[in-house]
Amino acid sequence: MNPSTRTPTAHPLSRWLFHYASPPVFYPLAGRLMPWFWALAALFGVAGLYVSFFVAPTDAVQGEAYRIIFVHVPASWMSMFIYLVMAFWAAVGLVFNTRLSGMMAQALAPTGALMAVLSLWTGSLWGKPMWGTWWVWDARLTSELILAFLYIGFIALQASIDDARRADKAGAILALVGVVNVPVIYFSVKWWNTLHQGASVSMTKSPSMAQTMLWGMLLMALCFWMYAIAVALTRVRAIILEREAATDWVKHALE
Amino acid sequence: MNAVWAMARRDLLLALRRQSEVLTALFFFVIVCSLFPLGIGPEPALLRKIAPGVLWVAALLATLLGLPRLFAADHQDGTLEQMALSPSSLGLLVAGKVLAHWLVSGLPLVLLAPVLGIQFDLAPDALLVLVIALLLGTPLLSLIGAIGAALTLGVRGGGVLLALLVLPLYVPALIFGAGAVEAHIAGMAYAGHLSLLGAMLAVAVFFAPWATTAALRIALES
Repeated sequence: MNPSTRTPTAHPLSRWLFHYASPPVFYPLAGRLMPWFWALAALFGVAGLYVSFFVAPTDAVQGEAYRIIFVHVPASWMSMFIYLVMAFWAAVGLVFNTRLSGMMAQALAPTGALMAVLSLWTGSLWGKPMWGTWWVWDARLTSELILAFLYIGFIALQASIDDARRADKAGAILALVGVVNVPVIYFSVKWWNTLHQGASVSMTKSPSMAQTMLWGMLLMALCFWMYAIAVALTRVRAIILEREAATDWVKHALE
Repeated sequence: MNAVWAMARRDLLLALRRQSEVLTALFFFVIVCSLFPLGIGPEPALLRKIAPGVLWVAALLATLLGLPRLFAADHQDGTLEQMALSPSSLGLLVAGKVLAHWLVSGLPLVLLAPVLGIQFDLAPDALLVLVIALLLGTPLLSLIGAIGAALTLGVRGGGVLLALLVLPLYVPALIFGAGAVEAHIAGMAYAGHLSLLGAMLAVAVFFAPWATTAALRIALES
């Protein structure tokens, strides 16, 4: 999955990669991989939810309400990670001019936006019992919000360009500009935050977690990973069919 | 560099021929700034506190108004294609256009801001900081905005889409620009904010025309 080789066709690895970069070849491959990732997502999800609800102890300070972190933390991780992956595929698409990369970026964006919104939502559900407020202009909350805006901008730009290839390339440039800006936004929000309010809420001073809590979070994170891969593969298959609808192989594939 | 000046000169001349467009954005800035005291109330202490943020947000929105026109006319009549084919680099021509855009829509905001600042009861030295911050920040807004303008060129619902793409990217400029004035009012050092704005401007001067050029070539391909 890592097309970092510099020579386009000579190396067998890159030949293999470019082979699978062709939509007609990738479509059945994604179809074969998809059920596995869905199954793994379900498996890790059940295990993770079991650990986080029945095995992990009640937190001494935060009570039962802390259990939202088993959804919140993986969602936050995924929201940031998916943006990086999206920007990576966007860059690959611009450099190698591969069609599949743009489709992959397009397939990842809604999942990333979903994760960002989920992270904000669960964060405020957690914030209410913990800090007594739904929303704090904390650096992490604010940058997560802006990340959600960046996802929405990407989706909106792609949706409003009819020509698929242009949509891919324009989206790729936006994703790359965004990825350069994400650290700048994060640090500017952080400094802005320390300038404005004192240490009213400190999220970094979390008490050390119990081992089982960590396991629960890890399992849930794996579940979210598998879910993101599975849903991206499902969506990319739909996008491939949609874009290649006029070709013969699609007619054969759907028979 | 000749290409930059020639392009800037041409765009300035075009702007002078259609002054109403320039003035509309400027009056928009004035009106938005004047609405806030009406909505919030006339207490000077409160107004002093919100002034940097209000002026900066209004400046962001006023810059946004002029952006769709940055490439639209040249795209429509085919000038943009000629520019892409011309021997001088498209990046430099884009830089010239952005320079003209800033001179037409950014610089007047900078000059007008102290007058509006007086409405918000800002002290003279705070006004000076505001002007310096806007002087560093508005070119940054034009440069980042040019990327968005190029990406949304000829796209359905371009104007609103442009706002959606560009406004999140304006956040750092807003934070440090308004932050410099706020820090000065609070009696803290503001040089750091201005240095960061300057650093972002330096990075944007280098990279933004390049990204804009890439986006324009994509728009011209199809």
